[in-house]
Amino acid sequence: MAGPMKMRATLAGGNTAGAHTEIRVLMTHPMTTAQGGQPLHFIQNITVKLNGRTVVEAEVSQAVSRNPVFSFRLKGGAKGDKVEVSWLDNKGDTSRIESAIA
Amino acid sequence: MPRLAFLCLLIGSSAFAQDAKKEIQKYQQMIAEGSPVELFELEGEALWKKPQGPKNASLENCDLGMGPGVLKGAYARLPRHFQDAGRVMDLEARLLHCMETLQGRSRKEATQRLFGNDDRASEMEYLSAYIAGESRGVKMAPGSAHPKEKEAFALGQKLFFHRAGPWDFSCASCHGEEGKRIRMQDLPVLSKPEAARPVVATWPAYRVSNSQFKTMQWRINDCYRQMRMPEPVFASEATIALNMFLTATGKDEPYRGPGTKR
Repeated sequence: MAGPMKMRATLAGGNTAGAHTEIRVLMTHPMTTAQGGQPLHFIQNITVKLNGRTVVEAEVSQAVSRNPVFSFRLKGGAKGDKVEVSWLDNKGDTSRIESAIA
Repeated sequence: MPRLAFLCLLIGSSAFAQDAKKEIQKYQQMIAEGSPVELFELEGEALWKKPQGPKNASLENCDLGMGPGVLKGAYARLPRHFQDAGRVMDLEARLLHCMETLQGRSRKEATQRLFGNDDRASEMEYLSAYIAGESRGVKMAPGSAHPKEKEAFALGQKLFFHRAGPWDFSCASCHGEEGKRIRMQDLPVLSKPEAARPVVATWPAYRVSNSQFKTMQWRINDCYRQMRMPEPVFASEATIALNMFLTATGKDEPYRGPGTKR
């Protein structure tokens, strides 16, 4: 079972043309490499959606640390917009978190 | 001429030490930015609310010193004397007390897995992360008025300087001299308030190098292991007294943990 995730999405730059959304998300994952006889288990894909529309699709390698933190910066966005981040690992496990831009 | 060469060497090495210190600070800042401490807090919150033990009760009514279930600022007031237990307790000792009294668990069962590993933290570690996090911004102020609190401080101070074991070590053997470190880890002079404050304000903590969350009871336990002394009993009078001595020495700084260590 996947452990918890935590996310913060905040609007930076106010209601100006230069406004952007900062997303910071923490994921619980062992991120084990095949070294030392451990089973290979790592997050492969990360998807970020803004109001249901996919805005980031990322491929992640085994080189990322255990319990990783990711930050994304999106152009635009408004307070209350829904941000969803999900991951998929090499064993097919998946987890997602959703929150509104503050 | 030889004297001049020696002088140059001296200046050179002190500049190197300064650079190393700056680089280590930079590194510490970088790891703190990506700290997964909040994940441990979330797991701890779930455990705090989870009914367990023969009484099938959660810990939500556990009195950490500010009244049953009051978490805000409770960690910052520990260790302290508890009337109902008749002794001074730190966070982990108090949690153990609540597991026994509220949840009806045996000490044997509750202490079966005190320290976790990188795959899974222990219950104590998750709970410590959550409860300590509820004191962020609150000034550290352990109990200091009750005679038993004074007694614990005095005992902890004595233990800190007490040399024993096959290597004739005391805590002060490593934590008694300015400017010492082991690899990337500073060895603060913990008997001095200015050195103890940042330590007290950031423990318990997540350790990046082994992906584990560490509590103060673990820290003391592991220091004794490194000193080649017999393993101290978890939440015993001795380890609580040491924790009291360290916390009281480093009091008055707002809590900003759980921290992130190398």
